[in-house]
Amino acid sequence: MPTQLLETKVRRVTDGPAVIDLRGEIDGSVDEALNAAYTEAEGYQPSAILLNFSGVEYIDSTGIALIVGLLARARKGGRRLLTCGLSPHYTEIFQITRLSDFMTIFADEASALANSK
Amino acid sequence: MTALFRSFWRSLTGQERAAPAETPPPVTPRPASATTLALEIAPNDPLVLYFQSAPGAVDVETLRIDSPAVQALKAARVKLAMPLVSQGNLIGLLCMGPRLSEQDYTTEDRGLLSNLASQAAPAVRVAQLVRQQRIEAQARERIEQELRVARLIQQTLLPQTLPDLPGWQIATHYQPAQAVGGDFYDFIYLADGRVGFIIGDVTDKGVPAALVMATTRAILRGAAGRLLSPGEVLERTNELLCPDIPPKMFVTCLYAILDPASGRLHYANAGHDLPYWRHAAGVTEMRATGMPLGLMPGMSYEEREVRLELGDSVLLYSDGLVEAHSPTREMFGFPRLGALVGQHSGGEALIPHLLDQLTAFTGPEWEQEDDTTLVVLQRASRPTPSPDAELRVGRGGGGEDRSLQADAWPMLAQFSLSSEPGNERQAMARVAEMVKDLNLPPARLDKLKTAVAEATMNAIEHGNRNRAELPVDIRVLTSEAPAAVAVQISDHGGGKPMPEPGTPDLDAKLAGLQSPRGWGLFLIEKMVDEMNTASDDVHHTIELILYLSGGPDAHPTA
Repeated sequence: MPTQLLETKVRRVTDGPAVIDLRGEIDGSVDEALNAAYTEAEGYQPSAILLNFSGVEYIDSTGIALIVGLLARARKGGRRLLTCGLSPHYTEIFQITRLSDFMTIFADEASALANSK
Repeated sequence: MTALFRSFWRSLTGQERAAPAETPPPVTPRPASATTLALEIAPNDPLVLYFQSAPGAVDVETLRIDSPAVQALKAARVKLAMPLVSQGNLIGLLCMGPRLSEQDYTTEDRGLLSNLASQAAPAVRVAQLVRQQRIEAQARERIEQELRVARLIQQTLLPQTLPDLPGWQIATHYQPAQAVGGDFYDFIYLADGRVGFIIGDVTDKGVPAALVMATTRAILRGAAGRLLSPGEVLERTNELLCPDIPPKMFVTCLYAILDPASGRLHYANAGHDLPYWRHAAGVTEMRATGMPLGLMPGMSYEEREVRLELGDSVLLYSDGLVEAHSPTREMFGFPRLGALVGQHSGGEALIPHLLDQLTAFTGPEWEQEDDTTLVVLQRASRPTPSPDAELRVGRGGGGEDRSLQADAWPMLAQFSLSSEPGNERQAMARVAEMVKDLNLPPARLDKLKTAVAEATMNAIEHGNRNRAELPVDIRVLTSEAPAAVAVQISDHGGGKPMPEPGTPDLDAKLAGLQSPRGWGLFLIEKMVDEMNTASDDVHHTIELILYLSGGPDAHPTA
């Protein structure tokens, strides 16, 4: 297994959501990294968490399962989950899987921030 | 019966016919107001003894006995107390306050009171009995109602359908006892095609048992969706159950995961009765150690595995069967059950056979002592032949039978990969490279890549079960009319049923009711224009077809 498929960075936007910058690939093996980043983002007590996929080249079905898991966590915590930076292909996959029914998809970070207030 | 002696008037207030208003007041010309004196006389109060030896009206003020009841009567300014006696038991007192004329009661008054008491006593007794019966009837009704609720909870949560696994026969029997015990069973369909079998028994009966059963079932389902090993599932369930389960209650539970393709049954046991495995060489108890759920946290559960060969069967059961008694109080017992399983050829027919034997043992008069639950699992003695040795998963579940389409198409390239996790990325990259000259629109190339990666991942994990030495064979074929590309991906998972793609239930996944996984086949089907599958005894092949024409997102109807 390649190590460190996914790099994450968590930051807080003033008066806005916590942002998780994702870089690399999302499959079942990045479970820990992804959930740790989410926990870190939760620490800011934001009302919304933005997943920034602009650095992600690959998501597979086991990665979709992890995102379902994050969505379940967000629901439990009463937070909104937002996404930005998804390629057209993965945007379509988020629509096919109905993930987009539960998390708003923005083209880029700027539009996500403008609409997440 | 507890002797709760109430004053006469209280006893009578429910009785219209003997209402005090109709009774002429002893002496006074205007009716005295009758009140209820709430007085409870303990059965060991000396006053009770006194009245037994001196039946008749007594002047309370002259009583010199040390009795809480007498003190209470004096405090209530009772002058005269007339015992109401029915069949030798003191059932109440007729109490008179001071006469309004402030004179003493006459002998005549006392005579009248005595007559009244002798007539009123049986009436009061009847009233008391009627009331008592009503209370008992209400209590019975409440218990009945509770049992109905318990039965409803239990039956609602039992699976309504049996797993449909080609090559396997599954049958169940569930008969709740009158008092409704806490038996349950469940089937869990795992994303990788394996099926979990749960059988359990909650200590206690009725609504408390039904509620603990419902909780346990929910926790088990949640854990089974996320965790792969039966021991971990039980361990996790135990952790979650421990803080919430009422004291002195616990749950025995067996969790077994069947891989229908290989016949492997992987199991762990939390103190439940050991299943019987009937195989060619005889009958074996499937042992695995573990404490019942809910007793104490921090438990771990041994995991074992058996492999069910063609014709083998397994019986899961609850203690209602083995602990049934004969008219001579002999217990049905494990040895008898084990022997019966060994003598029978197993399968669905084992259930009526066992129930017949149970009836013969207990006799017709037997009142079922506890819930009886049986789950039988049998591997067919011959593999079920698939029609034409080919299976098709149609787009949108269409029933049309079709085998692989591209077998006759010219092959562009082929290659093999070992079954190591992560190799799906290689498959994706190599296929993308091979079809470069076809100039697929980028959006369609992305779809093909995702479909190839998912199908290869399925082949590695499910078809070849991550056994690195088994190859995944990939062929890329093209057709000019219609202009299309096909990718055929073969693994060594032949001879087992293909899972249906279906639509994963995102709502159930988000609610934690279903594993968050299980997207692979669904995604593949959505990515390509056509998806076909075929199996023989060894190989399983999935074929992905994408048309080149028709615009980036056109999915021509096949």
